[in-house]
Amino acid sequence: MSSRAENIAAATKALHGVSRIRPAEIVFWLAAVAAFFFLPDQYLLLNEVMITGLFALSLDLVLGYGGIVSLGHAAFFGFGCYVAGLLTKYGVADPLLGLVIVAVMTGLLGLLTSFLVLRGSDLTRIMVTLSVGVLLSEIGNRLAWLTGGADGLQGVAPDLLLGRWEFDIFGKVAYAYTLAVTFVLFVIARRFVFSPFGWSVRAVKENALRTSAIGIPVNRRLIVVYSLAAAIAGIAGALLAQTTQFVSLDVLAFHRSADLLLILIIGGTGYLYGGLVGALLFKLVQDAIANLTPEYWEFWIGLILVSIVMIGRERIVGLPAFLLKRLRGVA
Amino acid sequence: MKAMLTRRIAGAAFAAALLASSVLTGTAHAQTPFKIGLILPMTGPSQSTGKQIDAAVKLFIKQNTDMVAGRKIEVILRDDAGVADTTRRVAQELVVKDHVNALAGFGLTPLALAVAPIATQAKIPMIVMSAATSVITEKSPFIVRSSQTAPQIASAFGAYEAKQDVKKVVTLVADYGPGIDMETWFSKMFTAGGGTIVANLRVPLANPDFAPFLQRVRDEKPDAVFVFTPSGMGAIFIKQFVEKGLDKSGIKLIATGDVTDDDQLNGMGDVTLGVVTAGPYSASHVSPANVSFVTSFKENNNNMRPNFMAVFGYDGMRVLYDAIKKTGGKAEGEALVEAMKGASWESPRGPVQIDPATREIVQDVYIRKVVKTNGELYNDEFTSVKQVRDPAKGAP
Repeated sequence: MSSRAENIAAATKALHGVSRIRPAEIVFWLAAVAAFFFLPDQYLLLNEVMITGLFALSLDLVLGYGGIVSLGHAAFFGFGCYVAGLLTKYGVADPLLGLVIVAVMTGLLGLLTSFLVLRGSDLTRIMVTLSVGVLLSEIGNRLAWLTGGADGLQGVAPDLLLGRWEFDIFGKVAYAYTLAVTFVLFVIARRFVFSPFGWSVRAVKENALRTSAIGIPVNRRLIVVYSLAAAIAGIAGALLAQTTQFVSLDVLAFHRSADLLLILIIGGTGYLYGGLVGALLFKLVQDAIANLTPEYWEFWIGLILVSIVMIGRERIVGLPAFLLKRLRGVA
Repeated sequence: MKAMLTRRIAGAAFAAALLASSVLTGTAHAQTPFKIGLILPMTGPSQSTGKQIDAAVKLFIKQNTDMVAGRKIEVILRDDAGVADTTRRVAQELVVKDHVNALAGFGLTPLALAVAPIATQAKIPMIVMSAATSVITEKSPFIVRSSQTAPQIASAFGAYEAKQDVKKVVTLVADYGPGIDMETWFSKMFTAGGGTIVANLRVPLANPDFAPFLQRVRDEKPDAVFVFTPSGMGAIFIKQFVEKGLDKSGIKLIATGDVTDDDQLNGMGDVTLGVVTAGPYSASHVSPANVSFVTSFKENNNNMRPNFMAVFGYDGMRVLYDAIKKTGGKAEGEALVEAMKGASWESPRGPVQIDPATREIVQDVYIRKVVKTNGELYNDEFTSVKQVRDPAKGAP
């Protein structure tokens, strides 16, 4: 018979075990830093990968932890993009200050729209998130005097980063900047999901009714996680605006939200790295195939995605072991 | 849609072969080649633009060999799917990774605008082969345009229509740079000629649904409706135009050449018969240069008819080749742009030149009417305005 104190100690130990830093994680971030030193040709692509990864990380918080299926996450990304672009254009050209303002503003937008998302179940949520995305996209188009409409926002020229580094045409500063910001936000997200608060959010996803029965305010948990994710998505958008020095209406487009969901499904949800890994795979494969066959790359991407779904991601990763097992089974 | 799909699937079957060939052509050369980064929307809603320009560029190189002034010409084709930040990244990569000596393509205005600062920074020529908003060439001194400008077409057409028995017009344009240019300049010249603009309607660029706007047109009861859609979207417009019954309403349809695009015209059907449009090129243009161009283009592309985009791409290559010749193969950006200024030649569309002051193409604008010849629909040119400059840039 174990005592109550022993039970708590065991549970705490188990939780610490889950949240400890794994070697693979260290390897991942070291590789990202190494890329900065060894792949100077790829800064632009890596920058885009990192931004998409951060964006997918924010969707992972909503989907993988909060259990909310969103088809309109680009709303926050695009909103952050435009806020950052407009700030830079009209006075606040410091990149870091821009990021902070963007984070606050998209966080607020997330907070406001979270109340819509809380109403109803999965299908309604998909519809609501989708509509918010479409709505923002149309507002961006309508406010052409401010946003440049379908022609895009021109003349976004951020100040030197930390007063020292200029965003260069090779994307060197851009990648370093994006990598640093992504890392900081990743650490924050990681602390968040392994905090007691984060565990309670996961409990909501598992069973909202039971969670509320043990006294956890379900809606408040979801509001917080949704707003936090919105702020992160906004920062990802701001990074894109600042590093490409250009904003087009496309950042609010539906296909961004849809691609993002794909990326997350490829990478896997609910372990934070899914977004980053998915973005890396998706963008690299897309870039490689699009370079080889600019006309027909969509076909190959489609084929790869279908095979991933048909075969299953786990089985692709564990293919060698699986084959071995089958062979033995036959023999 | 179905045809497009099957074409894509058939295309995919060839992709493997294509893949192999692109690897083979990528082998190293002894002398440094002159590299052209060609960025086009090869996928997405504007893919017809990409397909036409790509085919024309290939044809030009086939006809003129890939050697100019001792330099081997190497074209690196990249797809941007019509997404501006992709265009920008691809352009940047072509500059820093592939060290291209010139950038070309640019299917839509936002795509060209996104890349303009790159051309300035990299100091290499940027040949705009499609995008038509007037302001583009002012965004970088390295931009030279081989396509058309919206005010060029619209001003000539507005002045022409004012002299016809059309008094009241509603304009209906895609809501972005070139559309607004078209609206402004058509309205300006049409009212200057004594006509009245009843309403200016703008349709969102993405996922255009013309139905509610066409209803407005109907309610306004004008003599004619002036329409501009981006290249490749004309067919959708015509379909909805017929569905709304406007073809039987007595309201005359007048448009820019983008709507009755040669690439799609046959698919639109007889409903387009008699539609009057203004544009710089028709596949039925009567000149030996054009007959030979159309014939070889069709021979090399499965009988696909070239449209204005193909000619823009073809002429863009002409501009580049001539400039390389003139500078003796030195790939110095400023010198190349200098060499392009004032260039003039006989294009399949007629005589053209590059305005040295604005780096814009100067060309004849033709007024055409859709007719049926040998069972096929064509834009038959019946009159023209000679050597039109971009009116949006200072005094002519």
